[in-house]
Amino acid sequence: MEEANIYINAVAGISPQSVFNEGFSQSVIKPSGNRFVCMEPDYDELIDAKLIRRMSRIIKMGTAAALKCLQQANVEIPGGIVMGTAYGCLQDTEIFLKRIIDYKEEMLTPTAFIQSTHNTVGAQIALLLQCHNYNNTFVQSGHSFESALLDGALLLKEDEMNEVLVGAADEITPASHAILERFGLYKKQAGDNGFYNYTSKGTVAGEGACFFLLSNVQGEKNIAKLNGIETFLDVPDEEVENKINQFLAAHHLSINDIDLIIAGRNGDKKNDAVYDMLDKNIFTDKQTINYKHLCGEYPTSSSFALWLALKLVKDAGAAQFLCNQIINRDVKKILIYNHYLHTYHSLLLAGAC
Amino acid sequence: MQTGSKVYIAGAGIISAIGNNIAQCIAALENSNAGIGEMQQLTSVHKKTLPVAEVKASNKILAEWAQLPANITRTALLGTIAARETLHNAGIRNFNGLRAGLLSANSVGGMDKTEDFYALFLKDNTAGRLRNVINHECGSATKIMANALGIKDFITTVSTACSSSANAIFFGARLIKNNILDVVVAGGADALTRFTLNGFNSLMILDNEACKPFDENRKGLNLGEGAGYIVMLSEKALQVLNAQPVCTLSGYCNANDAYHQTASSPSGTGSFLAMKGALQKSGLQPSAIDYINLHGTGTKNNDVSEGTAIKEIFDPHYPKMSSTKSFTGHTLGASGGIEAVFSMLAIQRGFIYPNLRFTTQMKELPFMPETTFAKGVEVNHVLSNSFGFGGNCSSLIFSKI
Amino acid sequence: MEKAQLMENLKKQIVAQFNLKKINPEDIGNDQPLFVEGLGLDSIDALELIVLLQQEYKVKLANPEDGPKVFASVSTMADYILKHQPGNANGQ
Repeated sequence: MEEANIYINAVAGISPQSVFNEGFSQSVIKPSGNRFVCMEPDYDELIDAKLIRRMSRIIKMGTAAALKCLQQANVEIPGGIVMGTAYGCLQDTEIFLKRIIDYKEEMLTPTAFIQSTHNTVGAQIALLLQCHNYNNTFVQSGHSFESALLDGALLLKEDEMNEVLVGAADEITPASHAILERFGLYKKQAGDNGFYNYTSKGTVAGEGACFFLLSNVQGEKNIAKLNGIETFLDVPDEEVENKINQFLAAHHLSINDIDLIIAGRNGDKKNDAVYDMLDKNIFTDKQTINYKHLCGEYPTSSSFALWLALKLVKDAGAAQFLCNQIINRDVKKILIYNHYLHTYHSLLLAGAC
Repeated sequence: MQTGSKVYIAGAGIISAIGNNIAQCIAALENSNAGIGEMQQLTSVHKKTLPVAEVKASNKILAEWAQLPANITRTALLGTIAARETLHNAGIRNFNGLRAGLLSANSVGGMDKTEDFYALFLKDNTAGRLRNVINHECGSATKIMANALGIKDFITTVSTACSSSANAIFFGARLIKNNILDVVVAGGADALTRFTLNGFNSLMILDNEACKPFDENRKGLNLGEGAGYIVMLSEKALQVLNAQPVCTLSGYCNANDAYHQTASSPSGTGSFLAMKGALQKSGLQPSAIDYINLHGTGTKNNDVSEGTAIKEIFDPHYPKMSSTKSFTGHTLGASGGIEAVFSMLAIQRGFIYPNLRFTTQMKELPFMPETTFAKGVEVNHVLSNSFGFGGNCSSLIFSKI
Repeated sequence: MEKAQLMENLKKQIVAQFNLKKINPEDIGNDQPLFVEGLGLDSIDALELIVLLQQEYKVKLANPEDGPKVFASVSTMADYILKHQPGNANGQ
C-alpha cells in the first residue's frame, strides 16, 4: 500500500490473555496442553439479549470486541465494518453438519445454518449497530486479517469514509483441534520448558478476536499510525529478508528506523527457521519479541500482534510483562513479520503518530 | 483520494448448469433452456423432491478440464475452469511482469468434501481421509486456482454469502484504481453441497419445482452451482497486454440492510442503498440503465424487497430486467460472478435475457420482467444486484466504452 | 394430554430451544405474544417451532404461512397440537 495517513484510534481484543478490560492481570496465562482458550468477558453488558441467544462463541467474541473497540473510540456508527476470518463460524457449521448426518437430512432447524455463514460476525455487528454502511468479510487463511486491513485502509484513502472498523476472529473447536492435530500442526504435548523450545514438532493451537478503529483524521484521538501493510505468498525463507527491505524502502525507511520487531515464531523448529535466519541478518541488534506464547498459532493471529504493538506504542512499560523481556526504549516504530504455514507472509508497520 | 482511472473488463469465463463455457451458456440463454432438474451429481435424500441446477459433469470430468487432480474440491475445479476461460477469452497468455491478482469468492469452501469426511469423523475422530478436509477453508480454492493460473502477487477471498463475488469484483476494481494491481481476475465459485441444500431447505425457501422469480405465485428458489469470472485491467495493462476492452466497471456499492440475519427488510433498505450508491459512483442517472440483472432469487421475501427498492429508484421509467437465476438457479457465492459475465455479454452483444416461467405480475410491483430473449439491443449500462444473508447487499454497474 | 400440562411443557421447550436465559418457563403467560413485542421471537424461531411440533408432537404445519396464527401464543400452539395430533379425535 502506498503511503497514506491511516490512524488507529482504538483497539480491543479477546484473547487467551485476560486483557479485554483495562488493567492487565500482570501475569502471562499459559496454554493448557497444546491449546489456548480465550478468556471471555461477561457479554451481557455489551450484547443485546435478543441477539445473543443465538450467538456461538466466536460470534460473541467478535461482536463484543468490536463493540468495545467502538466504545473506546467513542464512535456510534462506523463508516464501514470489515472482517477477516479463516475458518468462519466453526461451531455452528459443526452443529449443522452433525444434524444433517444424525437426522438423515430431515427435520432440520435453520438456526445453526444461518449463523454458520462466514459473514455472520460482521453482519451481527451491523445489525446491533443498525449500521447500513459498507460491510465486508475476507476469508483467505493467513491473509484474512491483512485483506480486511487493506480494504479498510483503502476505504479511508479513497475518502469513502473517515472511520472504519476492521477486525479478525477465529476460533478453535474440539473438532477443528482434533483435525488440525492430525495434520501434525500441534505439539503432542506442550512442555513447561518454554513456548519457544524446539524439543518437539508442532505448535500450540490459538484463537482470538481483535478489532481496530481506523481513521483518516489526524487528531488527539489517534493512538498510533498504521504505516504499511504488505502480503506475499509462497516466498522461500532466504527471500524474506529481501521482501522486508523492499517493504521498508517503499515507506522510505530502513531497518535502522525500526525500534521493535514483533515476530511470528510459533515454537515449531521448521516454522521458525526463517525468524532465526532474520535474527542473524537483518534483525541483528534489533529488539525482537514474539507473540504467539500469548495467543497461540491461528491464521488471523497477526491481528493479535497488531493489538500488542498498539499496547506497546501506547505504554511500553505497562505491557512489557507480556513480552518475556524488558522493552528497553521508547517504542516509536514497530515492524510485525508473520507467516502462516510458509504460504501466507505478512508485514505490518505501525508506530507512534 | 479517488483516482479517475477506469477499470476495463477484457474477458470472462463461466461454467454453470446451462453450459460449460460462454458459448454454451449463450446458446442456452438464447433458447430458453434452463439448467434446473433432478440432481445427478450430489448425493442427497432430497434427490426426487428438490430440483437443483447442477453443472452437468462429474468431478472426474471437471478435473480433466481443469487439469487438476479429481480429489480436490468441486468448488476449486469449477473455479479453475471458469478462470482459465476468462484469461483465454481476453487473450491473455501471460502477465508480462504486470502485477496480477485473483479475487475470488465462495460461501462454503470445500464443504462438498468436508461433509463426506465429517460423517466418518463423527463416529471416530481418527477416521476420515485428511485429504478430504485439507481444502475446507474458503481461501483454499482460491489458492489452488491462483497456482493453476500462475497468479502470485495477490490473492484473497470474499465470503459475504450470496453477495460474495460482487464484493470480490468490487474490491478487485479498487485494487486497480489504487495502483496496487494491474490485472485482476475476479468472481466466484460454489459447488452444490448437502450442507447448503439442507440449510436452505430448513429455511423453507426452496421451490419443489423450477423457480419463478418476480412472479406473484413464486414459491422459493432453486440452488445451483457454478463459477463466473471476469478479468479487469488498468489502462496500462490494456496496452502492455494488447487486450481489447469489452466494457468498464463504472459503479459499485456495498451496503447493509441491518434488518435480520437472513430476511430482507420489506422496504429493501439495503438493496436501495446499494443500487443508489452504485449509480452515484458511476455518475449515471437511473434512466441511463438499460438492463437490470436482478438478484431475483424467487423467494417471497427477496423479490418483494428488491422490487420495492427498484420502484423507489426507477419509478416510473423502468429498465428492462430479468433474473437469470431462472436459468442457473441460485449459485450463492458464485452468483455475482456468473451474473457479471451475463452483464458483460449483454453489453458486448446487445442481449436481454428472459426471466423464465414468469406469468403473473406481483401485486406489490408496477413492473414486470422480460420474458423473451432479445439480441441486437443497444445496451449501454447494466446494473447487477447481489444480495445476501447478513444483510450484505452489493450492486455493480457495467458500462459500454 | 390436558391443555394445561401441554402448555407447561411447551413453555419449558421454548425456553430451552431458544436459549432464553433470563426467562423462567413459568414467567411466560398462556396468552402472551411470542413474537416481536412479546418474547421477541422472529421468523427463524417460527421455523424452529415448526420442527419442534413435528419432532415432539408429530404435528406437521403444512403451510409455514400459518405460523403467525398457530404460534401467536402458548395457548394457540396447544390448541393446534390438540386438534392435529395423531390419535386425537379431530386429528387428520
